[in-house]
Amino acid sequence: MCLAIPARVVEIRDEGMALVEVEGVRREASLALVEADVDDYVILHVGIAITRLDEAEAERTLSMLRKVVGGDEKENTA
Amino acid sequence: MKWMDEFRDRDLVVSLLGRIDTACMDRRYRLMEFCGGHTHALYRYSLIEALPEAVEMVHGPGCPVCVLPAGRIDMAIDLVRHRDVVLCTYGDMLRVPGGRGESLFSARASGGEVRMVYSPLDAVDMAERMPDRQVVFFAVGFETTAPATALALDRARALGLRNFTVFCNHVLTVPAMRAIADDGEEAAIDGIIGPGHVTAVIGSEAFAPIATDYRLPVAIAGFEPTDLLAAILVLLHQINAGEARIENAYARAVTAKGNEQAAALMNKVFALRQCFAWRGLGELEASAFKVADEYAGFDAEQRFGMDDLEHADHRACRCAEVLRGQMQPRDCPVFATACTPEHPLGACMVSSEGACAAAFRYEHRPAEVEA
Repeated sequence: MCLAIPARVVEIRDEGMALVEVEGVRREASLALVEADVDDYVILHVGIAITRLDEAEAERTLSMLRKVVGGDEKENTA
Repeated sequence: MKWMDEFRDRDLVVSLLGRIDTACMDRRYRLMEFCGGHTHALYRYSLIEALPEAVEMVHGPGCPVCVLPAGRIDMAIDLVRHRDVVLCTYGDMLRVPGGRGESLFSARASGGEVRMVYSPLDAVDMAERMPDRQVVFFAVGFETTAPATALALDRARALGLRNFTVFCNHVLTVPAMRAIADDGEEAAIDGIIGPGHVTAVIGSEAFAPIATDYRLPVAIAGFEPTDLLAAILVLLHQINAGEARIENAYARAVTAKGNEQAAALMNKVFALRQCFAWRGLGELEASAFKVADEYAGFDAEQRFGMDDLEHADHRACRCAEVLRGQMQPRDCPVFATACTPEHPLGACMVSSEGACAAAFRYEHRPAEVEA
């Protein structure tokens, strides 16, 4: 019940519901508690989106990680 | 952005492991991953084996099925005996043994109406479709699933349903983390990996007291391998520097304030219980939700006059120590012998997020059978 992976919003429907896609599988989910548009990614827990994923923050994290690990290649050659 | 592949990049994982190795000083680091989802991910990606020996991952109590005391399962089983009740819950709950040797699964086998649902909203739909039955949603979980239950209660009230109630067992992360930190010496933890999706709801600021009151650093992590390794690395840096701060290593999903809409809804439909008994952690003050007075008509405990039941765990089961981070699953005397996923004695072996189930699935090597 707690293992959640990113879902793409495919279509906004009535009453706070939306069609979402998780790894190719589509189902209905509630967007009542997040602001999200079509093609945004959200994290679903038991059928409810609890947060919208922020692409700029994701890019920032990745570039920070690459910078951190790029610093000293010599230590990682073993 | 594919959202997963990038955070599973092999080169990044290898480099991060190298950085972690470099960051290790001549000491041991005991880090607790609070969340059962993290326990599962650490095993699944073989990170526990890949980490340097100096870094020991201690599994925390963040598995909602595991921390629910057996008596609450028995209370749910008693509900099923009401003739018109249809009890709905998550699949994980069905096989958990109660205190009387029964489970919801066995209650169903003896004729009780127990249905597995994916979402509490499905239970509300069911109540709409079955006006002559009493649909009860057996709600469990931390702050990741509580917003969904809140939404279901709100929808049931908006629909004016008179045959939908919630048996509320939602528990809160910060009081449990305090209980672990209060153990001090026994758990002897140096830092905590904070639960990414709970924090998406409650906000990273909620953990500030853990850093200030207990001098424990907390790094909020996502569920991909680079997320976990990055969080471990920032914890090592803080520990080495003698610092204790909250660090958000899952910025794409988590903010300082969290999901304020969800928080507002939860404040409306839930109230804090004065006290709640946790498996392993005992009675903790203000650590769980009940249905708020304003929604009393949707509270199963009130509608069915449910009495609190208490049952001790199976006497050979060491779930309590495992949940407190004082024992690794493999050190429990019944691990993989009397207690297996097929025949669990304790909840930690039942839930897919339980530490014992993860250890059994990924770490347990049965003795070789001679040909």
